[in-house]
Amino acid sequence: MQYKIEVVDKPGIFDAVGQGVSRDIADLGINSVKEVKFIQVYILEGDLAEGQVTSICQELLTDKVAQDYKILSEDSKYRAKPNQYIVEVAYNPGVMDPVEASVLKGIQDLGIPAPDAVRTAKKYIISGKLSSAQLKTISEKLLYNKLIQHVVNPHTLDGDIKHLPGYNFALVTVDLLRAGDKRLMEISKKGQLFLNLNEMRQIRGYFRKLKRNPTDCELETIAQTWSEHCYHKTFRGNITYKESKATPALGNIAIKNLLKSTIMKVTRELDKSWCVSVFKDNSGVIRFDQKNNICFKVETHNHPSALEPFGGANTGIGGVIRDAMGTGLGAKPILNSDIFCFAPPDMAFNKVPTGALHPKRVMKGVVSGVRDYGNKMGIPTVNGAILFHENFAGNPLVYCGTVGIMPKDKSFKQTNPGDLAVVVGGATGRDGIHGATFSSGELTHESETVSSGAVQIGNPIQEKKVLDTLLQARDLNLYSAVTDCGAGGLSSAIGEMAQELGARVYLDRVPLKYSGLSYMEIWISESQERMVLSVPPKNIDKLISVFANENVQATVIGEFTGSRRLELYYQDNLVCDLDMQFMHDGIPQIAKKAEYIQARHREPKIPRKKNFTSDLLKLLGHYDICSKEWVIRQYDHEVQGGSVIKPLVGIKNDGPSDASLTKPLFDSNKGIIISNGINFRFGFIDPYWMAAGCIDEALRQIISVGGSLKEVAILDNFCWGNPDKPDRLGGLVRAAYGCYDTAKAYGVPFISGKDSFYNEFSVRGKSTPIPGTLLISAIGVMEDVNKSVSMYAKSAGNLIYVLGNTRDELGGSHYYDLYKSIGNQVPKVYFQESRRTFDALSKASAKGLVKSIHDCSEGGLAVALAEMAFSGGLGMEVFLIEAAHVAPYGISNEILLFSESNSRFVVEVERSKQKEFQKQLKGCPFGLIGCLTDRIDFTIYGLDGNLCVSSDIFKLKEAWRAPLRW
Amino acid sequence: MSLAKSLRQLRNFMRNPKVCVLRSAGTNCDQETAAAFKMAGAQPELLHINSLVSLARSLDDFHILALPGGFSHGDDVASGKIFANELRFKLVDSLRKFIADGKLIIGICNGFQILVKSGLLPGFGGSNQELKQEVSLILNDSAKFESRWVYLKPAGNCVWTRGLKKIIYLPVAHGEGKFVAADKRILNRLKQNKQIVFQYSDSAGNLSGYPDNPNGSMESIAGICDETGRVFGLMPHPERHIYAAQHPRKEGRSKEADGFQIFKNGVNFIKKNF
Repeated sequence: MQYKIEVVDKPGIFDAVGQGVSRDIADLGINSVKEVKFIQVYILEGDLAEGQVTSICQELLTDKVAQDYKILSEDSKYRAKPNQYIVEVAYNPGVMDPVEASVLKGIQDLGIPAPDAVRTAKKYIISGKLSSAQLKTISEKLLYNKLIQHVVNPHTLDGDIKHLPGYNFALVTVDLLRAGDKRLMEISKKGQLFLNLNEMRQIRGYFRKLKRNPTDCELETIAQTWSEHCYHKTFRGNITYKESKATPALGNIAIKNLLKSTIMKVTRELDKSWCVSVFKDNSGVIRFDQKNNICFKVETHNHPSALEPFGGANTGIGGVIRDAMGTGLGAKPILNSDIFCFAPPDMAFNKVPTGALHPKRVMKGVVSGVRDYGNKMGIPTVNGAILFHENFAGNPLVYCGTVGIMPKDKSFKQTNPGDLAVVVGGATGRDGIHGATFSSGELTHESETVSSGAVQIGNPIQEKKVLDTLLQARDLNLYSAVTDCGAGGLSSAIGEMAQELGARVYLDRVPLKYSGLSYMEIWISESQERMVLSVPPKNIDKLISVFANENVQATVIGEFTGSRRLELYYQDNLVCDLDMQFMHDGIPQIAKKAEYIQARHREPKIPRKKNFTSDLLKLLGHYDICSKEWVIRQYDHEVQGGSVIKPLVGIKNDGPSDASLTKPLFDSNKGIIISNGINFRFGFIDPYWMAAGCIDEALRQIISVGGSLKEVAILDNFCWGNPDKPDRLGGLVRAAYGCYDTAKAYGVPFISGKDSFYNEFSVRGKSTPIPGTLLISAIGVMEDVNKSVSMYAKSAGNLIYVLGNTRDELGGSHYYDLYKSIGNQVPKVYFQESRRTFDALSKASAKGLVKSIHDCSEGGLAVALAEMAFSGGLGMEVFLIEAAHVAPYGISNEILLFSESNSRFVVEVERSKQKEFQKQLKGCPFGLIGCLTDRIDFTIYGLDGNLCVSSDIFKLKEAWRAPLRW
Repeated sequence: MSLAKSLRQLRNFMRNPKVCVLRSAGTNCDQETAAAFKMAGAQPELLHINSLVSLARSLDDFHILALPGGFSHGDDVASGKIFANELRFKLVDSLRKFIADGKLIIGICNGFQILVKSGLLPGFGGSNQELKQEVSLILNDSAKFESRWVYLKPAGNCVWTRGLKKIIYLPVAHGEGKFVAADKRILNRLKQNKQIVFQYSDSAGNLSGYPDNPNGSMESIAGICDETGRVFGLMPHPERHIYAAQHPRKEGRSKEADGFQIFKNGVNFIKKNF
């Protein structure tokens, strides 16, 4: 028996969901809708008496103060009036409905036996005259995503619970032994293995030696282990690199393992004693204090977010949180950072590539996904950035990072032979099949149908339960190792843990969400919220009870052996028997070609002018620069009580903070600074200088909040196009060398990193790569959070300095972007000069000589000054001629205002500290350029002494706040 | 007062009041809430609700029950609802006794939602009747989760806010915090009984609209207590402002932190009365 129940707000209660949908419909350009009413639908299936259903409705499903309910029957169902449309959206079969488990628990708490199933649906009653095309647009663009949901007929009284067929075991083998090259590639393509011919041949060779064909499970396991996602073939392979006309010249080089020649080389050469575990575990680990270490990892979840923005971002942040939980013996996540790249949200619908979602919907979905998971996990999201470019239309970038803290003696793991393999957390379903291999290919306009299995929805509360219990088990020393189930699922988690040992796993013991999964689906499913532990047998009962006490399932699914073989069984049938050595070392060496040709861009034709006020207003409203308050407010940045420098600061708490500062322990004043540097625009000119600029930006933000470079580590995240194309790979090589030179010069080691390739979107064979984008995330330890500095202007009368040289470097600037140009004079980093400035300023702030510091980046000096002034609610008067500069071909107001030269800061200093401050800066380029006033005027005098910017802080602030104030 | 009684009081005063910080699936402000109580001189313990339901532990061991913030059961169905039902249907007797014994309850954010949905707040039913929900906390008018600092104007007659006279400053972070009452009668009764403990205001203490009132609450209500003044719930997070460095504009401020006094009041009340 099924009961369909509708819950609706009482008359007079503001229907906030319905109103939100109405606004979104108007955004689509459809203006005829008068009202949208939202109704929550529950479908209960099972043996329930009528009285029980009534009591479930009254006591559980309805808020008596604000809502009414009705149990649907032939008489009570709603019939649409003329010009009224009903759209009811439900999850597809097999997609996890996160509400089900909660409702089942709630029903049992009422003393009623749990029914067989609970599903939910959302119903919208739209009033207003609409064509059927318009209704379709509204449904598809706003109300549902066909990958996970479908529209149901609202008139059926039956719910939409479809029962999945069961599964009968049948071993599947793939005929490789007799396959020719053409057939090999067909097998790779059809199975979505994303293996190339060389690799397929290698696998065929292995099985020819064994004189048998592989099972589907074996082939899939190898494909995952060898995928770009898991093995990082590009960074670890051989590259023949050629370049022309680039500065600095790298020359033509044969690179053996790009990662070891650049990123990891810095770390090795710097050899910092406070680096605890680098490039080994699920995240990089550094020392925090005498008792604790901290770890940091940033991941990308680009392809899933392109197809299902909410689910993709949701599981992206869920995954990186598990990276912290899976580092050492498990770290407690203490903060998140999120950086996104989208196409502009006002992109015309007809410009959006076929098969891609509109960027505004992508952005809203991604932000909601991060909000949902981060907030529900109780982890503050304290740092981030959002950038825009139209080439992200088919392939947005979603970077998610997590910092964790753990006791020093819990920072390493060691699986031992004889340990049991235990899976804890969520059950396994058919979600996320092929995620690892799917991210190793380009997205196409057909991806949404072909790869729909790769999309998942997260259940943050499940993960929170796992976190709470995992840390208890950790502190009781009940397990010897832990890792998370991420891309590749059990296959990659067990494969990694058993790499040196071997494992035997009984796939039929894995708890399932529903019946019908084959042994192979169980093995490679990427169902979320699962961790794998290795547990000494003597601890197993205690371990299971620690998890059970808080309703978390922990199940023994096998054991770690010493055989160096991966043996998988399903109901006593051997379904996989692979040699670990072949899996991990058998991959043929990759050889790729890379070529870099220095691009020449058109220089912009900008009319000569004397007044730059309107340029400044436009820059403040540039999507890259404008306020992201709409996003930031939706993240809980205060939970855990450690937030010191918040993402929004100022007299009205709405100015753009530089780095974030968190105090993770209640009984210590030590802090953690997190910042990021990202600027793909510099990469259009030269990825080497993009990398240098990104590192510089991340580090100068650390300095901006009062930190120093003493204990700072960085992470790299490369998001690039198809590395099999020599031009894309050429840029990557230059960026990697830029990373090496810059990090070495600043003395900051890399401790972790990640790469995401094949970020291209092709429509009918024509492929558009994303701008090659490097994200540098920095983490620094600060002795005393009470010495921190924020970016907003503090008091009228104080002096304003600009530190660092402004150079003739308008290439890649946002100012040029206003004029649709890129230019060629990319900002460089002058390592020695910059490091001197960084160190001097950090000493000055440690001595309490500064009142505020703001990093000078997107939009240049003019934007930085304006942000500092309006965030503090004070006026400012500035004389450009006083700014330190280097311009061999002549300086101009334009350059001083808008050049995005690196290594610069705007600093506020009290008059009484002027002398001491300037003494501290001896040997560094700086200029005393103006002062703060108690008026609202914001005035900048140009080189000739005449006004070149004249506005007031309210106008400036409004220009900055308006664009994304949704 | 007999000598024995005053001696007993003195002895108890030296002991730290015991606080049960009650957790469930999705609770997430438990550790900072415990830290705030510890700073105020109490002895907090994090306890999962399963251990009360299974009778492994009892509320009798504690003087203060704190329901911390978070997303119990993911806010599924409605925020706090499933946790609230667990209290109503499984722990009602021990909760009644706890209140009748003169002990204290505080619910913060999700904890406030739980107190309201279980009927423990405003608790008009008194201690003998069935727990009945009279008011609610529903989706913000902005239809989204928002995290921001708010000014709160203290009022009412509540043990937890005794001595608070000035406007205080705390962060809110919630999606379902709009206070609504079924009718005017209930609002009037709250006012008459001095059960409205905090109202959202501007920095000068004037009631105003969004974003000062971040969710569209009726009468700008941010927190209420029951008729005894000992059961208290609020949407803002006092445990996130227990030391000065947490203030968004800490520069030049004194060391005091606005949320701390609330915990101090609770702890002192127990020290004095038990």
